[in-house]
Amino acid sequence: MSTLPANVDAPKSIASTRPSLPWGKWGLRGTAFLYLGFMVALPLAAIIRSGFVDGFSAFWSDVTNPIAFAALKLTLTAAVIITIVNAVMGTLTAYVLVRYRFPGKGLLNAIIDMPFAIPTLVTGVMLVALYGPQRTLGAWLNSHGIQVIFATPGIVLALLVITYPFVIRAVQPVLMEAEQGQEEAAYTLGASKWTTFRRVVFPTITPALITGSLLCFARSLGEFGSVVVVAGNIPGVTLTAPVYVYGQIESQNERGASAMSILLLALSFTLIVTVEWLQGRDKGSHVSG
Amino acid sequence: MSQAEVNNNQTAARHKSRGPGRGRLIEWALIGIVVLYAAGLLLAPLVAITWGALSEGTSAFAREIASTDAVSSLKLTLVMAVGATVINTVFGVCIAWVLVRDKFWGRRILNGLVDMPFAVSPVIAGFMLILLFGRTGWFTPLMDALGIKVVFALPGILLATIFISLPFVIREVAPVLSQASLEQEDAAFTIGAGRLRTFWHVTLPTIRWGLFYGVSLTFARAVGEIGAVLVVSGGISRLTETSTLFIFRSLDDRNYVGANAMAVLLAAISFLILLVIEFFKKRTEQTQTL
Repeated sequence: MSTLPANVDAPKSIASTRPSLPWGKWGLRGTAFLYLGFMVALPLAAIIRSGFVDGFSAFWSDVTNPIAFAALKLTLTAAVIITIVNAVMGTLTAYVLVRYRFPGKGLLNAIIDMPFAIPTLVTGVMLVALYGPQRTLGAWLNSHGIQVIFATPGIVLALLVITYPFVIRAVQPVLMEAEQGQEEAAYTLGASKWTTFRRVVFPTITPALITGSLLCFARSLGEFGSVVVVAGNIPGVTLTAPVYVYGQIESQNERGASAMSILLLALSFTLIVTVEWLQGRDKGSHVSG
Repeated sequence: MSQAEVNNNQTAARHKSRGPGRGRLIEWALIGIVVLYAAGLLLAPLVAITWGALSEGTSAFAREIASTDAVSSLKLTLVMAVGATVINTVFGVCIAWVLVRDKFWGRRILNGLVDMPFAVSPVIAGFMLILLFGRTGWFTPLMDALGIKVVFALPGILLATIFISLPFVIREVAPVLSQASLEQEDAAFTIGAGRLRTFWHVTLPTIRWGLFYGVSLTFARAVGEIGAVLVVSGGISRLTETSTLFIFRSLDDRNYVGANAMAVLLAAISFLILLVIEFFKKRTEQTQTL
């Protein structure tokens, strides 16, 4: 962390011995701009154009019609719930992984990345295999009045699986680098484990925890593959915003689909830019301090 | 990292020897909670689906996987994932280089654009392609004139896959590239190597682990994509149906044996990719701490 990117203060004299190929430089810049412009900027422009094609009031009525609004509300509620659960369980998992030694620790550390590798649709199918109404566990839960699949708990569960790694992978490196000395000092002064965690460990990991939680939130706003399988997609009840967009595309309602897309995009892009900003600020303070 | 781990272990050991029985109890309780949570969340569904697929008998499993539809969908997934990975690797390295080494006014815009695919729901990504290349799309007249069908055809699937897996190589290569020292590159220039040769023999070996890590993440994401592909493919079996779409259609047709069999196969493939990812991640972390 203490090493500055070497290129920032590269001595001018050496830099001048580098072969100067202005067309090469512009060629690379041009390639980067063209590729990202064509692949990312242009599609964005198309969706914004399509959402506002009949003006702002049409856009507004598209996102506030009862079914769209219910879908948005469900997606946001589920995102808030899973972000809170992940903040708690992710921090706990990272703490246990870094501070304790126990058999199976390496395995646990490896399977945490599983949601990054397994297709989200497969995650959904796996959850149905476990909690589906005809399966043993699902049938047992059903007989106790708990419906998981084709209901809101299923959506929350799917999102929990998909976003489990984010907080852990954000907090873990910070905990590893954190100075043990301060914790030791707190213990020596007679502080309990909990007091030490609250007063010493927690302030250190807070920026990373916020970053991880925001990523969780952003990811769950757009999740489709796992949710579409477990949710049942009943309009107004278990239809999430991304699945709503899919439905609108299928029924050829381009404006409605675009309107909801723009809203989701704006939300998650704001979150991701905030994360970038937080990380940049964090790095800056490391270098100067 | 290893030093930190040693420290941690020492601390843990010290606590153990010093801590009263209650501290140990809390420690084991916390470990228990985490292990149970992770196992319940991640492993239980995996066991359930494997059990389900095998309880139907291995012959049913094999029959479903060997069906023409399943095999052709796997082939298509592989071709699309490899294609998207190659294209994103070439352009990704180029963009990472521009972001790290080239200071100019447009850099922040580029940086923001790179993050967009992570902010976009996959369904929306596919929808964007419909808006550009669909019935009334901006490029439809041009593509019609050229005789290229994009939406509901293979080019659309490829474009969708490229879009959703675009940031990985850039985001993994950029930090490694910015930490790499310029001295070796400068030395290469001084003894008369050209830019391309220097890149090939000096820069590329330095960033290779980060690059491989990014490539494996790209590939994993490309294999597992559903939302974007679902919207643009049209789902014509044996022609534009990827493995995830095969699962999706099987669920719709209530062919649960087929859906489960393919899901288990994809999970197994992802596990292999995960092993590769973990290996490259460790190597990347090692080069970064050096």
